[in-house]
Amino acid sequence: MSETVLDISAVSKRFGPVIANENVSLSLQRGEVIALLGENGAGKTTLMSILFGHYTADSGHVTVMGRLLPPGRPRAAIRAGIGMVHQHFSLAPNLSVLENVMTGTESLWRPWSDKARGRAKLLALSVKFGLKVDPDARLGDLSVGERQRVEILKALYNDAKILVLDEPTAVLTNIEAEQMFATLKDMARQGLSIIFISHKLDEVISTADRVIVLRGGRVVAERRAMETTKAELAGLMVGREVTRPQREAATPGAVVLQARSVTLREGGVERLKAVDFHLRAGEVLGIIGVSGNGQAALARVLGGQAEPSDGQITLFGQDFTGKDVRGVVAAGIGRIPEDRNHDGVISEMTIWENAILERLPDYTRRGLVDRKAGMDFAARIIEKFDVRGGTPSSRIGRLSGGNVQKLILGRNLIAHPKILIAAQPARGLDEGAVAAVHERILEARRAGTAVLLISEDLDEVMALADRIQAIVGGRLSPPVRPEAADARQLGLMMAGEWAMESQEADHAV
Amino acid sequence: MRFERREQVSPILALVTPLIAVAVALLLAGVLIALAGAPVFEAYGRILTGAFGSRLAATETLARAAPLILTGLAAAVAFRARLWNIGAEGQLYLGAIAAAAASALLFGNLPGLIQIPLLFVIGAVAGMILLLIPLWLRLKFQVDEVVTTLLLNFVALLFVSMLIDTVLKDPMAFGWPQSLPVSPEAELPKIIPRSRLHIGLGVAVVLAFVVYFIQTRTAFGLQSRAAGLNPSGAAFAGVPLGRTLVLVAMMSGGLAGLAGAVEVMGVTSYVTTELSPGYGYSGIVVAMLAGLSPLGVVLAALFTATMFVGADAMSRSMGVPSYIADVTVALSLLSMLVAIFFTQYRIRK
Repeated sequence: MSETVLDISAVSKRFGPVIANENVSLSLQRGEVIALLGENGAGKTTLMSILFGHYTADSGHVTVMGRLLPPGRPRAAIRAGIGMVHQHFSLAPNLSVLENVMTGTESLWRPWSDKARGRAKLLALSVKFGLKVDPDARLGDLSVGERQRVEILKALYNDAKILVLDEPTAVLTNIEAEQMFATLKDMARQGLSIIFISHKLDEVISTADRVIVLRGGRVVAERRAMETTKAELAGLMVGREVTRPQREAATPGAVVLQARSVTLREGGVERLKAVDFHLRAGEVLGIIGVSGNGQAALARVLGGQAEPSDGQITLFGQDFTGKDVRGVVAAGIGRIPEDRNHDGVISEMTIWENAILERLPDYTRRGLVDRKAGMDFAARIIEKFDVRGGTPSSRIGRLSGGNVQKLILGRNLIAHPKILIAAQPARGLDEGAVAAVHERILEARRAGTAVLLISEDLDEVMALADRIQAIVGGRLSPPVRPEAADARQLGLMMAGEWAMESQEADHAV
Repeated sequence: MRFERREQVSPILALVTPLIAVAVALLLAGVLIALAGAPVFEAYGRILTGAFGSRLAATETLARAAPLILTGLAAAVAFRARLWNIGAEGQLYLGAIAAAAASALLFGNLPGLIQIPLLFVIGAVAGMILLLIPLWLRLKFQVDEVVTTLLLNFVALLFVSMLIDTVLKDPMAFGWPQSLPVSPEAELPKIIPRSRLHIGLGVAVVLAFVVYFIQTRTAFGLQSRAAGLNPSGAAFAGVPLGRTLVLVAMMSGGLAGLAGAVEVMGVTSYVTTELSPGYGYSGIVVAMLAGLSPLGVVLAALFTATMFVGADAMSRSMGVPSYIADVTVALSLLSMLVAIFFTQYRIRK
């Protein structure tokens, strides 16, 4: 089985003063799955872009099946049998699956396209690799997981022998991710070779044969997946020991927020159905669930962006109804949005403007913005929350995802909020940043903040939450304690199976 | 060849870009002038002397710039907040007819010191109302304002045409369709006597600074920028999107309406359907040339006015069609759009 299909040899690439890759070498065998592991900015994506011809290496070369690959030519890469599945899909939402797959495979000068042949080939591939799709579905109607399948099929349609996937699970739910990795392993068994880029330790260990760790643009280690551990990989990836913080015993205080049978109807759809829960000072309540089950609605109601259609929320014993975003912020509720780039910041504006926007009235004197106070506020956040890569007056879009999240956390926590609503606070961040975010949340909890943690990541919830409720189809399960629950039980809760255990659980908490 | 986004746009580049764009446009237009059989440099020389060569020419150019600054500001203010107001032409006409009617029928006897500011406000309010209708449709029913504002231009122009042929018709105009004139008290004082250059230019320049101040220093300016750049992010941060857009629309429509009032009070003193040679549409070009910067609008309006006035003179003396002005301004816009791209991206091999 040791037939080398790909050999990357001593590749280096610089962008101005920044070293993206230095002297990187790796080889891939037929039927093998390699994981490229590294933090954001470690040079994984650059390396794969060089492989695919999007960038030209400053030095070094790539051979595919023993043949030298001409640099800087994506077409040559495709012809050599390399298929790339991008992190941000490159598909057209207004075309059908079949049209998307066939786009770019036929000459533009052909009078008509041979759809029948295309369809037959697509269906054959779909059966062979167990990637179910409807060739006639409009791409825009498909879920993210299905779109990824189409993207993979498109690569296979081009006769790819080597499949490169850039952070394939970044956009998938846990269940979709598991399915996808099962498919990838199956493909490898059938003779394809696979490289996937990741910074998630679990999936790397469970799926790859070999793990190659990149740090600062260099290969720092290579391990067989069977012979390594999460702790070792985490250390190699970050260059120091990283441990996610664990919560200590809680000292819960008074109930600060109480929701009684809260319902939210929007456009005829019930997003929340008679939801009950409460938050106590100094305690983390974890809400788990597959995304799209009402998490966003819950965050919007508590964040002042939507009014409950029914039910009642009391905040510090007083009625919460009628508070808008500014009112919520002024009442001491901090908010971390699920989609930080879309909702959390306005990337074309400066760091200081983003820092003060949600509390603009505090920084306005007779209609004028107090620029100096805003800059000071941003500078304090940057210093205290270790935001790197910019000054108060630089565009926030220049910061990395982890640093944007630190700024969002900072602008909330620096004011010592009484309540923090954190939606997917560590999603898409690398291991070092995840640990930092978790540490901050636990720090706020110690200081008496009541935290509502909405997350799909069970490890995260188990590590941080004092009580856990699942959200399914807009309904909330009764709470369970993390000590009393295992992954299986939480999985059942996320699937909506809590009815029989609810009595017991109610007494337990 | 590929493009990479620049980390930061240097301020020098941002300043030099429009100049390069204009130079490229003049170069390209030069080819057309040569094709028309005229010596290129002489033609450009004639444009310059035509626009600034005499006191009359210079004051004419500056008088032309006044409404262009106002409609340019109207477009710049709206576009900053991603409100696509293509209706400045209609708002201008409505502002003009409102000012003329108010002066002729209601306030003609008031002294200028009171009447002039009053008519400015009336003209501005008329422009506002015409823009608030499409905004309401957008907020309530998600109707695309590009279409509604554009089409309302024709509605407004026909409405004005009806008024000046019926209730507001000037009986002293030998049957020509023109409105009752504004009262002499309402005519704008001249900056330079015996020219067409009136204080409207001063008003426009002052307003450019006011808009600049509002956009850069006030909470409203910050919010309207946020709402334009990323509506869902702005909503998350508690920016009242609807209210912000209403205020933006009032500024934009008001500026365009004021342009009409200024034109009728400063230049023509009555309204015809030929009051504006497309000031509303040229305002969009002016705003884009200025990169939506309010102070840049003043310079861009001056350039556009120079081209129009100068090209008229040049065509009379050299037999090159005066359409060359339209072509040059359009080419400047095109090269500016390309140039804006290069201020944000760099070429890499």
